Amino acid sequence: MKALAQHRHHPLAFLAILLMALLATGGLFVALSPKDASAQSASQADIDAGRDLFVANCATCHGMKGEGRIDGEGNTSGPSLIGVGAASVDFQVGTGRMPMQESGPQAHRKPAQFNDEQTKQLSAYVASLGPGPEIPSADAVDPAKGDPAKGGEIFRINCAMCHNASGSGGALTRGKFAPPLLDVEPTHVYEAMETGPQNMPVFNDNNLTPEDKRDVIAYLNKLDENGSPGGYSLGSLGPVTEGLFAWTVFLALILGCAYWLGAKAK
Amino acid sequence: MSTTEKQGLLNPEGRAFKLGSVGADWIDQRTSMSSVVKNFARKVFPDHWSFMFGEVALYSFVVLLISGTFLTMFFVPSMDEVTYEGIYEPLYGLEMSRAYASTLDLSFEVKGGLLFRQMHHWAALLFMVAIFVHMFRVFFTGAFRKPRELNWLVGFSLMILGMVAGFSGYSLPDDVLSGNGLRIADGLMKSIPLVGTYMSMLLFGGEFPGTDIIPRLFTIHILLVPAAIMGLIAIHLVMLVVHKHAHYPGPGATDRNVVGYPLFPVYTAKAGGFFFIVFGLIALVSATVSINSVWAYGPYDPSPVSAGSQPDWYMLFTDGGLRLIPGWEFTIFGYVISLNMLIPMVFYGLFLAALALWPFLEQWVTGDDREHHVLDLPYNAPVRTAFGVAWITEYILLVLGATNDLVAIAFHISINDLTWLYRIGFFVAPVVAFIVTKRICLAIQRHKRDLVLHGVETAKVVRMENGEMLEIHEPLNEYERWTLVQHDTFRPLKEGNGVSGLRAKASSFFFKDQIDPVTPRELRAALEHGGHERHKIEALTGPYRELEP
Repeated sequence: MKALAQHRHHPLAFLAILLMALLATGGLFVALSPKDASAQSASQADIDAGRDLFVANCATCHGMKGEGRIDGEGNTSGPSLIGVGAASVDFQVGTGRMPMQESGPQAHRKPAQFNDEQTKQLSAYVASLGPGPEIPSADAVDPAKGDPAKGGEIFRINCAMCHNASGSGGALTRGKFAPPLLDVEPTHVYEAMETGPQNMPVFNDNNLTPEDKRDVIAYLNKLDENGSPGGYSLGSLGPVTEGLFAWTVFLALILGCAYWLGAKAK
Repeated sequence: MSTTEKQGLLNPEGRAFKLGSVGADWIDQRTSMSSVVKNFARKVFPDHWSFMFGEVALYSFVVLLISGTFLTMFFVPSMDEVTYEGIYEPLYGLEMSRAYASTLDLSFEVKGGLLFRQMHHWAALLFMVAIFVHMFRVFFTGAFRKPRELNWLVGFSLMILGMVAGFSGYSLPDDVLSGNGLRIADGLMKSIPLVGTYMSMLLFGGEFPGTDIIPRLFTIHILLVPAAIMGLIAIHLVMLVVHKHAHYPGPGATDRNVVGYPLFPVYTAKAGGFFFIVFGLIALVSATVSINSVWAYGPYDPSPVSAGSQPDWYMLFTDGGLRLIPGWEFTIFGYVISLNMLIPMVFYGLFLAALALWPFLEQWVTGDDREHHVLDLPYNAPVRTAFGVAWITEYILLVLGATNDLVAIAFHISINDLTWLYRIGFFVAPVVAFIVTKRICLAIQRHKRDLVLHGVETAKVVRMENGEMLEIHEPLNEYERWTLVQHDTFRPLKEGNGVSGLRAKASSFFFKDQIDPVTPRELRAALEHGGHERHKIEALTGPYRELEP
């Protein structure tokens, strides 16, 4: 111990400590970082097939190498995809948002334009452009392993102000919107939180841990499973649709009966 | 029921009949009920579907009392913190107030609890819808005119109390949405200069939200407001009986009679039946359509506000102004004056007051102090009808303002553009609605005049030998004609003689382009002309049957 202490002031001691600190941090990161940045590494064949798909379907806006494109007027045709990772591609393409149907404040969800294999190939290609979030493992998005009550609390505090307490969606500024959530694949929910697509903020692992994300998925799954205990939900949009129903269907029923009673005596 | 029993009841010699008459006599000797029953039984009510919305409101209120009583058996108006351990899994183990927990329990674990909760809430929405439709009917037919001005005010107060009842009711479950509503009420109160903070502290028993508000609202909701509503309903109905019901113009309907059917047996059966129809429809809707799913909003916590947070429909207009007004405020002596709160509040006051005071304004303008029991057809009072439509337009604009986020997302338009559209609409739409409605009313009046004078166009055209084309008109019969010529006409009041300049101007605004009903002299001239034409046609074609009475 004493021998070591004598070397404290050695010029290389600082370097040694720095090296040890770096090793410790790196080792801890590897040990503790979420395992969903998973091992399902893509084959070179997938990447090549993905590149072909990319060039044929995405390059018009995102550039031949995914570097992004700016048109003559200085507007971004498509952002750079270097470093967005496989998760982002899987979300955008898997939910049909990309390729984009029309330009506008926000891409709309539509039936997916690529099958699962093509989506995987595209993801692999974009992931090969630069490191980014991976597609989460099945375990990371398994609703059965999450705590819906905790997820509900996280959801109400972080998500409901845009997506509505019932997950039925809401408006943002200037034509943008937060889409409804109840029929979304758990993997896509996870990817959305991780990559922050469109106008959504990124909820990285320091913000919401992978377990928190799974709890949110469990909550949404529970909402879906429970359905609407009170009967037809009217879109789960709250008092406005209820009021509209009262003024239309309900009033029409009452009016019909009143008219019938008023007419009978004649 | 067997045939023998039936005979027993109907047969004056039968035992049941005798028992009935002895019983009735026993009661009558102690209460003198028979004279009351006799009077009431012969009370005549006119028959029209548009007269039934007050009834709908009344019956919804009865359903509210019944379902509300059920709910008080299980709801606990307490803000004590508890841990939820009920069967609704997504909330299991969360800290919440006892009020919210008991609402969940009564929804999910009490048999029929959710149905009763939904019946209570749907009945509340229907109560307010019925009140509004009833008010529209009364307004547009001029049923608020002498002697019914006070009853209009009673009805108006019932509408306001309905809003208070609704707000205090949907705030009780202590979920996030109801807490957001209370927070807005708190903010509105605090924006009042000088006294605002004290008022808020007084209501909430300290800083918002505190632990007092739910028990206090509970007392307001189940005792104070229902008692006031019941008292006013009693006054409303007594006045209805005293004034007698107004009726639509028609043959034989005058300001001194009521044309209709007696209360017994026709209206007792109808009203009784209608109660069960309303009750049944409320039950049907409540059993099939979800309302206020409190479990989705979660227990109240001052931090989250969900997208699509709006109050029940009858409070939407109050939210609309707050959403539409720019964030104007300034600081004076260190105090923030929130014009974005104060201006809407003052506007709502004036907006509602205009409705409440309309009968008095109209009387001031017409100088008419006769009693009116024959209703106006809305197009015969163009300025009143135009004002009513403008008021409703403004109301709808405020409601739309409160729903801007949902409208934006439903039609994929920018919420910013929509807000500007409503801001402009707030000033423009009522004016346009007023002008258009007034023109339509005048056009209908002209059309009806034409109808009285010349009859119905039959689309049968005869060409004379000189090439002249004459259309055969079929005159109205005298019953149809009566309805179209009976209404009042007013001349603008002239300034002087106790009439102020302002009053004369207002009166002129109301009546300067009034279209008068057909006078007997005009009718005679028109008939003569028609007879002449008919003579010409008959000379050519021979007598035709359509014109024969």
